[in-house]
Amino acid sequence: MIANDQIATQPQKPRLEVDSVVVRFAGDSGDGMQLAGSQVALSSALMGNDIATFPDYPAEIRAPKGTPAGVSGFQVHFSSKAAMTPGDDIDVLVAMNPAALKANLSNLPVQSTIVVDADAFDAKGLRLAKYEDDPLRSSALDDFQVIEAPITSLTRNAVTDADVSHKIATQCRNFFAMGIIYWLYGRELDATIRFINNKFSEEIATAGRLALQAGWNYGETTEAFERSYQVPAASPAPGLYRNVTGNEALAMGLIAAAHLSGRNLFYSAYPITPASDILHRLSRTTECGTRTLQAEDEIAAICAAIGASYGGAMGATGSSGPGIALKTEALGLAVMLELPLVVVNVQRGGPSTGLPTKVEQTDLLQAVLGRNGEAPMPVLAASGPGDCFNTAVEAWRIATKLMTPVMLLSDAFTANGAEPWRIPDISDMEPITVDHPQSDGTVFKPYSRDEWLARPWALPGTPGLTHRIGGIEKSDGTGEISYDPANHEHMVRLRAEKTARAAQFAPAPEIFGETTGDLLVVSWGGTFGACRAAVDQAQQSGRKVTHMHLRCLNPLPPELGETLKGFKRVLAPELNTGQLRHLLRAQFLVDVRGLNKIKGQPFWIKDITQAIDSLLHQEN
Amino acid sequence: MTSTANLSPADFTSDQEVRWCPGCGDFAILAQMKKLLPTLGVRPENTVFVSGIGCSSRFPYYLETYGLHSIHGRAPAIATGLKHTRPDLQVWVVTGDGDALSIGCTHLLHALRRNVDIKILLFNNRIYGLTKGQFSPTSLPGLVTGSSPEGTTHQPLHPLSIALASKATFVARSIDTNAKHLSETLRRAAEHKGSAFVEIFQNCHIYNDGAFDFAKNAAIRDDHLVQLEHGAPLVFGKERNKGIRLNGSQLEVVTAENGDVPSNLLVHDELSPTATIAHMIAAMSHPDMPEAIGVLRAVSEPTHNELMHDQNPEPAERSAALERLLRSGETWTVN
Repeated sequence: MIANDQIATQPQKPRLEVDSVVVRFAGDSGDGMQLAGSQVALSSALMGNDIATFPDYPAEIRAPKGTPAGVSGFQVHFSSKAAMTPGDDIDVLVAMNPAALKANLSNLPVQSTIVVDADAFDAKGLRLAKYEDDPLRSSALDDFQVIEAPITSLTRNAVTDADVSHKIATQCRNFFAMGIIYWLYGRELDATIRFINNKFSEEIATAGRLALQAGWNYGETTEAFERSYQVPAASPAPGLYRNVTGNEALAMGLIAAAHLSGRNLFYSAYPITPASDILHRLSRTTECGTRTLQAEDEIAAICAAIGASYGGAMGATGSSGPGIALKTEALGLAVMLELPLVVVNVQRGGPSTGLPTKVEQTDLLQAVLGRNGEAPMPVLAASGPGDCFNTAVEAWRIATKLMTPVMLLSDAFTANGAEPWRIPDISDMEPITVDHPQSDGTVFKPYSRDEWLARPWALPGTPGLTHRIGGIEKSDGTGEISYDPANHEHMVRLRAEKTARAAQFAPAPEIFGETTGDLLVVSWGGTFGACRAAVDQAQQSGRKVTHMHLRCLNPLPPELGETLKGFKRVLAPELNTGQLRHLLRAQFLVDVRGLNKIKGQPFWIKDITQAIDSLLHQEN
Repeated sequence: MTSTANLSPADFTSDQEVRWCPGCGDFAILAQMKKLLPTLGVRPENTVFVSGIGCSSRFPYYLETYGLHSIHGRAPAIATGLKHTRPDLQVWVVTGDGDALSIGCTHLLHALRRNVDIKILLFNNRIYGLTKGQFSPTSLPGLVTGSSPEGTTHQPLHPLSIALASKATFVARSIDTNAKHLSETLRRAAEHKGSAFVEIFQNCHIYNDGAFDFAKNAAIRDDHLVQLEHGAPLVFGKERNKGIRLNGSQLEVVTAENGDVPSNLLVHDELSPTATIAHMIAAMSHPDMPEAIGVLRAVSEPTHNELMHDQNPEPAERSAALERLLRSGETWTVN
């Protein structure tokens, strides 16, 4: 079905080898930039490169065409080394219209390459982008290598043999642009051709293939480019790999956790960006025993999950900050009922509706502290797309071991970003063993405790164990309603102690570097890559800098206090105004410094590097 | 211990002291429920009562079944998740007018429209009791309460109308102290396949005493209540000489002058595929019209669980499906 004989993939121009490349596609929301970027990422991963991606898109589905508000971007970093972030410095910007150029120009390093669709730089396009002068005809781009490719007209010409409308022909522009990038960096076309053939009708697929090939030919045959580049394969651990986004890995992790504990997953959620994708993915996995419910609201979503856990399923729900706010009362109920539950928060910019598609880490204090009464629960955070899988399994392990809801923090950057992921062998993973009690003939005590302070998970349907539980304070042991002052204090402290014991089930954080030194960088969540890369660079230049990345945010690792005290300075980089810093200072009385970025954008490695340099400079 | 043959009310009675105000209508409902449960063929451990917040929501504590006393208004949502994953259990929701129609109204609507196989009992006393007497969404205009010193100005919701508008497949109404009628209505609800909604007129003699005097006072009630029976004309009145007739697009009361049963009366059809007439009956309000008790609607539709495409894979199948999922899309091997 693929006309392989039409595909030329051996360029004749000279080819240079480079370590890593960062490409950013930018265009209108409807220009297919997400598709272009994710296909370049997949093709690169299949060629053995490490990759990291950064889809950066507006909340509006179709913002006014051609305006900066509607610009959708997808940045992909492919490398022969570890791609810890989507890349600080863009090598090539593909700008499908003037607005896309305008929106990205300020982030573009000098001497980088800009490929523009010259056809889009007409009077209307410039007006919509609010360009007074055509940047292609002024000195605005003097510092860059600009390739003015008439992508629209060349695409239309290229697909004349395909039986598609003028509109569809024009929409194949993204494939032409991809073709240029595939040529420029020696990417193989076959995976993308398979994708096109599977995704589209025969006519559109033909047009897509023709446009892709025409873009490749443009690079090879015109004089726009003098040479192409190649990026050798990276050398990751042996195994079977695929690409995953954070949300994909999280969905699979929830299913794996249910499987490891021998029960069905029940996931109920209300649509919200950027968490909806988890519901979409899980709703297609009924063959794994998954049940999903699109609930009427956020509150119903968590309450249904509580009901499912009460009945013995793996209850889980997911949302983003505003939705978690709505779930707050029910989270308190889950704490009181002492039922296992996984609650996912894919954080986005706040407060209120905030920045629905942008990244922030501003819900840490909400997760740890944000409930009425003293309602503690373990809080875990995933460090990257692939890590979402393990974090989901760990969350359910802790939830069942301690009979408690567990909050799992992801973020928009982690959820949408992709990276190569070594597919785990489920049979190698430790089962999650759960005991459901049977009657021994004595009076059942639903709030009796095991050695971890967990209460028994007695399932409806079990003879002899009928009992009533609820949100009112209960007497330890019997579970009967109790307003006794001493019992209440006992129960508040007991719930806190139980949460503290989660530390025993969360792996201790890895210390990257020496256990003492000039500076410790403490991070959590999706900033792992930027922090690790910056610390790695600092160590290689001889600095006494160590990195510690926290998986478990509540409770904090008990040994953390000692670790912090082994360093002259402690830096906590966060995409908020200092929420982890606040917790560390409060708990350990250590003067933690913050590096705080609240721009709806991830950290670049250079952000961390500058902060490290600055702190070490102060020290000297 | 799996037999349901010799169950008695004692098997469904918990050891908890009942803490409603003496004289509360809830006692009568609890008594009927304890009598009914042993006759339904479901063992106590396979029965779950879920409630929200309010006086009515203490109900689960007094029954020796599984019980979950949750948070305000959310019982239908919790029950939905439970029944979705545990179709083997008989799940009841006990709620009140504030719980179900104010803070939790959304969940009631959606549980009903999904036809989740749960039985929802709404104890309607037209007042907030546990919070000490504020007007509720079913309070009548003008009711003077702690939060409405000049009388409430809000229009009351009609629980039956809400249930019908939510496409409920079983809609009924009964009265706390009408033991026989209540028992029969609850039985019909229990035996219905799908969501069953029962409004129960319940007297709060502390904060809203006499709210349903028209329906409970033996001296006057026959002239203000019409008892629905499938296939029977809507006849009421102490002398059984009044009836409900459809006149154009309106229901009207007709009275036979010589003491006979009036002719051309509306004949009740609880199976009617359209709920048009049911909506009209649900809207009948005292004092202009008698209010209806009994089963207003009982139609058979697929339940939520039947409509879900849920599967119950064996562990090996589940494992194979998970492995396929993990390996889906493009994969590559690193040696």
